[in-house]
Amino acid sequence: MTDTASPASRQVPDRLRSRLGRAIRSWEVLLIAVAVAVFTFNALASPYFLNAWNLSDATFNFTEKAMIAFAMALLIIAGEIDLSVASIIALASTAMGAAAQVGAGTPELVAIGLGVGLLCGAFNGALVTGLGLPSIVVTIGTLSLFRGISYMVLGDRSFGGYPTSFAWFGQGYVWWVITVEMVIFALCALTFWVLLHRTSFGRQVYAIGNNPTGALFSGIRVRRVKFTLFLLTGLMSGLAAVCLTSRLGSTRPSIAQGWELEVVTMVVLGGVNILGGSGTIPGVVLAAIIMGMVTFGLGLLNVPGIVMSIFVGLLLIAVIALPRLVTLVRARWA
Amino acid sequence: MSMTRRLFAGTTALALTTFGTGAMAEEPVRIALLVKALGIGFFEAARDGAEEAAAELGNVEIIYTGPTDTTAEGQIEVINSLIAQNVDAIAISANDPDAVAPALKRAMQRGITVISWDSGVAEDARALHLAPSSDALIGNTIIKLAADHLPDGGQVAVLSATSTSTNQNTWIAEMEKVMGNYPGIDVVGTVYGDDLADKSYREAQGLMQTYPDLDAIIAPTSVGIVAAARAVEDAGKVGEVNVTGLGLPSEMAGAIESGASQSFAIWNPIDLGYAAATVAYNLSTGAAEAAPGGTVPMGRMGELQLDDTGTGAMADPFTYDASNIEQFKDIF
Repeated sequence: MTDTASPASRQVPDRLRSRLGRAIRSWEVLLIAVAVAVFTFNALASPYFLNAWNLSDATFNFTEKAMIAFAMALLIIAGEIDLSVASIIALASTAMGAAAQVGAGTPELVAIGLGVGLLCGAFNGALVTGLGLPSIVVTIGTLSLFRGISYMVLGDRSFGGYPTSFAWFGQGYVWWVITVEMVIFALCALTFWVLLHRTSFGRQVYAIGNNPTGALFSGIRVRRVKFTLFLLTGLMSGLAAVCLTSRLGSTRPSIAQGWELEVVTMVVLGGVNILGGSGTIPGVVLAAIIMGMVTFGLGLLNVPGIVMSIFVGLLLIAVIALPRLVTLVRARWA
Repeated sequence: MSMTRRLFAGTTALALTTFGTGAMAEEPVRIALLVKALGIGFFEAARDGAEEAAAELGNVEIIYTGPTDTTAEGQIEVINSLIAQNVDAIAISANDPDAVAPALKRAMQRGITVISWDSGVAEDARALHLAPSSDALIGNTIIKLAADHLPDGGQVAVLSATSTSTNQNTWIAEMEKVMGNYPGIDVVGTVYGDDLADKSYREAQGLMQTYPDLDAIIAPTSVGIVAAARAVEDAGKVGEVNVTGLGLPSEMAGAIESGASQSFAIWNPIDLGYAAATVAYNLSTGAAEAAPGGTVPMGRMGELQLDDTGTGAMADPFTYDASNIEQFKDIF
C-alpha cells in the first residue's frame, strides 16, 4: 500500500490523485474506508457477525475466487482477459474426480488439478498469442468448451469418494480459526505482490497494458509475457479447483458456475483498469475481503442471493463512479 | 377432505402446543427452509406451505433461503450464514447429497436440527429425510388414477421413459403388485418413449392403433404424459382414451382443458413445505424424535413413518384435475 510512487502510477498521468488532492490519496485508502464501513455496518446490523468462527467460515466466500483474481489482475493490467476461469475449475475438478475413481492419492490429485489448469491456460494463451485472436472471444469460446466437456463426462452424475487426506486443503485448519485456504490465499497475495510490484516481469506487464506496440519496440517479448499470464491464470484456476473440490468433496459439472464474473468484479473493484495499464495487488486483496464481507453480512440478514448480486453490482458502480464524480464536480467549480 | 383435514390439524396443533409450551413464551423457533435455488415456482409453493405451518404452530419464523444457482457451494455459503445466526432448524433440499454434508454436520454439532426434504443428503448429515412419496404409493396411484375412470374395467397401456429407467421400472413393478385390487383392469402392454417428446408421441399413436379398444394410457413420466395427451387429441380420441400418470400441472393444463386427461398426479409442493416445516419444528422443540422405525407428526399431513435409514414418505402423490389445475398451473 506504500507503492503510491511506483512506476506503474507514473505512467498514468490522468490518475484521479492529481485532481482529488490529498483527501483521497489512493484507491486503496478508499477501499480501506469501504471495508471499515462494511465491517461496522455488519457488526451493528447483526449480533452474529463479530464471532471468530463465523468470520472464519465467511472467508470461504472469497478465498478461492481471490486466488484466481490475483492472476486475472495481471492479465487485465496487460490488456487481456480470461472469462473461462470458472469452466477451468469445472474441467480440473472433473479430471480430479475421474482420477479419484481409479484410486489416485492426494498428491496425484493435486498434480492433476494444477496440470489441467495449466493445460487450459496454455490452450487459451496459444489461441490468443499464437493466432492473434482477441482474448475475450477466445475465452468466451473456451468457457463453453471446458464446462461442456465436464457435462459430457458427468451429465447429471457426480464424482465423489476423494481420499480423506484430500479434505485438508478445503476443510483443514492450520491453527485455531485460521484455515488452510486463508494461508494459501495469503501466500498467493504475497507471491503476486512481489511478482507485479517488485520484479521486471511486473513492469513489463504494466508496459504492455499501457502501450503494447511501444513495449514491443522497447524489446519486451509481448507474446511470451502474455502467454505466461494465461498460464498463470490457468494454474491459479487449477489451484482454486483443488481447494473447492477438497472443500465440497464432490464434483458436479455445475461447480463454480458464474464465478468468472465475480472474479472480474473483484479485480475491477480492486482498482484495476479494465482497459489495462494500471492496478495493484493490495487493491485486489481489499476488494476480495470487501466482497466476502458484504455477501456474508447480507447472508446473516437473510437477504436473498438475487438481491445480494444487486448489492454487489451497486457497490462496484458506486466505488468506481464516486472518485470520477468528485473529479467532475471539482472541475466544474474550479 | 378439507373438513377432516382441518379437524385433524386442529387436534395435532393442540397436542403440539402442550408439548412446546416452553418455547412459546420465548423467542420464536426459527426454521430455515433451504431450497436448491431461489426463483423456482415449485419451491416458492413449498414456502407457502411452510408459512401455513408457521401460522398454525404459532411463534415460528420461516427463513426461506437458497443460492441463486443450483450449486452445492452456493448452498454451503447459505448454511454457513444459517449456522452463524444459530437458527433452530434447517430443512434442506440439497443440490448435492455429499458436498453439503460437512457443513450440515457442523450445524448439527452446534445443536441445530437438520432434516432433508425433496432431495436428500447423506444419512449421517441429517436427522431424517422427508420424501414426497414412496415407490409403492406412486405405483398404486398411477393405476388407481386410470381405474377410477373405468368403473366397468377396461384396457390400459403404459408409456414409460426408457426401458432402463430405474424410477419408472420400480413404479411399474409396484403397480403390477397391486393389480389384484383393480379387477377388470387389464394392462395390455408397455412401450418406451425414451423421455423424448417425438418418440413418446409416436409410441402413443402406435398403442392406439394396436389396441383399438384402449381406454387409458398411463405415462409415469412428465415428458411421456404430455406427448401421449397430444397424440390422443390429434387422433380425435378425446373421451375414448384417458391419459394419466405423473406430470407437471403447468405442462398438463392444456390436456386437462381439452379432456385428453381426466386427472394426473405429482407431489404437492405446498403439502411438502408444510410437512417439512412441521417435522423440523417437532424435532427442534423435542416434541418428537427421529428414531429409525419411529414416527413424527406432520400436522394435517398425518404421521411420518420412518424406515431403517431414517427416510419417510409424506403421502400419496397429489391428484390434479379440472377442479384444481387453475390454482397449480402457475406454480410449477
